[in-house]
Amino acid sequence: MTAIISQAFLQHYWWIIVSVLASLLVFLMFVQGGQSMLYSLPANDIHKTMIINTMGRKWEFTFTTLVTFGGAFFASFPLFYSTSFGGAYWVWIAILFSFTIQAIAYEFRSKPNNFLGKKTFDLFLFLNGSLGPFLIGVAVATFFTGAMFTLNPMNQVRWATHWYGLEALLNIRNLTLGFAVLFLARINGLLYIINTIDDEVLIKRSGKALIVNTIPFLIFFLFFVISLLVSKGFAADPLTGVISVEKLKYLHNLVQMPFVLILFLAGVIGVLYGIGITVLRRSSSGIWFSGAGTILSVFSMFLIAGFNGTSFYPSLFNLQSSLTISNASSSLFTLKTMMYVSFIIPLVLAYVWYSWKAINNKKITESEMNSEEHKY
Amino acid sequence: MIDKIDLSLVDWSRAQFALTAAYHWLFVPLTLGLSFILAIMETIYVKTGNEEWRRITRFWMTLFGINFAIGIATGIILEFEFGTNWSNYSWFVGDIFGAPLAVEGILAFFLESTFVAVMFFGWNKVSKKFHLVSTWMVAVGANLSALWILVANAWMQHPVGMVFNPETARNEMVNFWAVLFNQVAVDKFLHTISSGFLLASMFVLGISAWYLIRNREEQIAKKSILVAGVFGLLSSLMVAYTGDQSTRTVSKVQPVKFASMEALYEGKNNAGLIAFGVLKDTDKKIGDKTEKEFAFKIQIPGLLSVLTGGDRNAYVQGLRDHILGNEKLQITSASEKILRGKYAMTVLTSYKKARYNNDTALISSIKTVFNDNEFQNRYFRYFGYASVEKPDDVIPNVTASFYSFHLMVILGFLFILIFSVALYLLFKGTISDNKWFLWIALFSIPLPYIASELGWLLTELGRQPWIIQDLMTVTRAVSQISTGSVITTFILFAVLFTGLFISEVSIMVKQIKTGPKH
Repeated sequence: MTAIISQAFLQHYWWIIVSVLASLLVFLMFVQGGQSMLYSLPANDIHKTMIINTMGRKWEFTFTTLVTFGGAFFASFPLFYSTSFGGAYWVWIAILFSFTIQAIAYEFRSKPNNFLGKKTFDLFLFLNGSLGPFLIGVAVATFFTGAMFTLNPMNQVRWATHWYGLEALLNIRNLTLGFAVLFLARINGLLYIINTIDDEVLIKRSGKALIVNTIPFLIFFLFFVISLLVSKGFAADPLTGVISVEKLKYLHNLVQMPFVLILFLAGVIGVLYGIGITVLRRSSSGIWFSGAGTILSVFSMFLIAGFNGTSFYPSLFNLQSSLTISNASSSLFTLKTMMYVSFIIPLVLAYVWYSWKAINNKKITESEMNSEEHKY
Repeated sequence: MIDKIDLSLVDWSRAQFALTAAYHWLFVPLTLGLSFILAIMETIYVKTGNEEWRRITRFWMTLFGINFAIGIATGIILEFEFGTNWSNYSWFVGDIFGAPLAVEGILAFFLESTFVAVMFFGWNKVSKKFHLVSTWMVAVGANLSALWILVANAWMQHPVGMVFNPETARNEMVNFWAVLFNQVAVDKFLHTISSGFLLASMFVLGISAWYLIRNREEQIAKKSILVAGVFGLLSSLMVAYTGDQSTRTVSKVQPVKFASMEALYEGKNNAGLIAFGVLKDTDKKIGDKTEKEFAFKIQIPGLLSVLTGGDRNAYVQGLRDHILGNEKLQITSASEKILRGKYAMTVLTSYKKARYNNDTALISSIKTVFNDNEFQNRYFRYFGYASVEKPDDVIPNVTASFYSFHLMVILGFLFILIFSVALYLLFKGTISDNKWFLWIALFSIPLPYIASELGWLLTELGRQPWIIQDLMTVTRAVSQISTGSVITTFILFAVLFTGLFISEVSIMVKQIKTGPKH
């Protein structure tokens, strides 16, 4: 056991953990997806209340996963944390801002004397629902398209533009992934509503909205994936760590790591199957297939970004400042200590699952919304 | 190699972090304490089957929910601000600091967020026992969250369990248990959570007192006072004990901070403990900084020596000892530390240049220097001093340190008195008749908040100019972004937090006026 626990092994291990957290985060952003349709999906106020309450019982999971994702990244790849957060300032601040206004909106919106008014808090939910997934998608896209930074010999970051990260919004591929993540979140939001709310009219409206959202999702997703596979990538020499530009790098990664290709394809099929059985068979279980598919595809995208000698945060300004899982990681000791801590994750998942089921054992109904004491 | 730092950027970055932390800390202590009070109340309900206790629990749970969300909202910003505004720091200590932060997420946040949903929504969905376990898990999760972030903060006060790696230009952890069981961390954790328990107890006591003043909800109010009184008294005693422990530790590991909070310029034997005093400027100076003296003071002779050194004749070090040095006590002067720090920085810079030029002979020889104990103990331990311009820069704000410490201590003793009187009157059966006390209890609600914020002011201001004691100054830690960006986000966050704070207080007051549901 100890023989295989080398720094390289642990760097890969921690990249897998970070990727798992990222994929869970994208799945759990069904909460944001649901919020982004607050003004379009419900036909009346009771629908809106039901949507907000079904999402509101899960918002903390998404939030906690985001925080843990940040914490795990900080612990395992601190150079990414300091480089990206300290340089692409405005992108991360915008993401933070959108999540901050969400955290209080659920609890405050329907309470009397809430100062800002119900409409403001609903607007907060809408803004978080729309901007959160989009901006996270844009930020993750820079793992493939690169960012404008340089590191000095002390590993201190200097950003090369005065836009401090906002320049990422000028790249069409970044925007495409942003929109793909947003529409995926909306699809998962709709599937979750269908799974947890008992209201015929709302389910029918959700089914229609599902088709409407699937089309742009497929367009944006396919555009991003195709552009990724034909684009150049950033390769790190395994011996010297020197970074170079490699044509078709991400396609090579898929071919050279067939298990990732299989995971990716299984993920895409899962999402499409989840949508398909909902639209064609009126099943309410689509969220589980689509959710699992989301997790698998995002997970495999992260592996493409960081494995197989790839720079997961390329610098377009100074190529040799690019980050890899090798040069950005914590020390062997820290990674090893953290590995022992990570062994507790299955236990965490077990009690999350148990509690999730305990709360979701009955569907949300109109009568519950009129009687339940603690509601949003 | 290390660029010139824009001081206004440093100030605005500090202001933004202070703003976020101060707001965050307005909400978190109530979560820490009220979660346990809820768990105790619900346990009584489950044990006795008395529906009254269920109503009480649910009422306080509503207030808990309002406060909980805003604590989370401000918390996420703090976590990410380490990266956005203190990126150099994040790299320099990420190998150590990141680990507690990740453990916090995996162990504590999930516990808290999973079971809080069951706690709020599970009353009619899960069994009584499972619900009770969930409420306890929320309390445990919330307090575990505090543990890990306090471990990280304690490391900034007293860095242990690491070595500096010149290759990566950062500190790397070599002993996790040393980081976790750092004496500062143990003191800080116990002191902080017990202050949260105290604050929540005062919150419950004050609101219950208001009901009694208004002749409303008498049974609920008295039962709540019983729980809050007992929990509050125990907590306030624990706060006093852990505060004492914490101060003793500070006197050993952060003597400059300790001297500042006592406003002690000249070290002395038989030093008296200042119970309270008023500071004024003198004509004397250390460097450019004007020394203070007491215009008025209440002092207990010899007690400071007894508390820190064990006997009346023990010597307590003053600020002058640390700035000018004290040969007899083998205290190195700040100017000497600056010279040694600069030398350590020169060696590191040479190493980096050798690396850049791939000069293997030079790399090897400098590496030998780095591994030498003499170099580590004599020079590299003062590495952070390389960024200090002049010796008096290492003196924190004495006025702020002194007053924040002493006001906090005075309030701490006042809380013991308030909880004792509350329990005495409750058991005597006359609490409703003593309106004077009920008003005191009501108006005491803000006091633990003030004490708690003062505690953090002391912790953070008293450590200046360091972000990590002796290793890194705040000027070196800051992210190199435009000052304008930080000013803009400062204003954005200030407006947002203030709006949310007003919203929370307004909702809270309305819920309290409405009272428990019948």
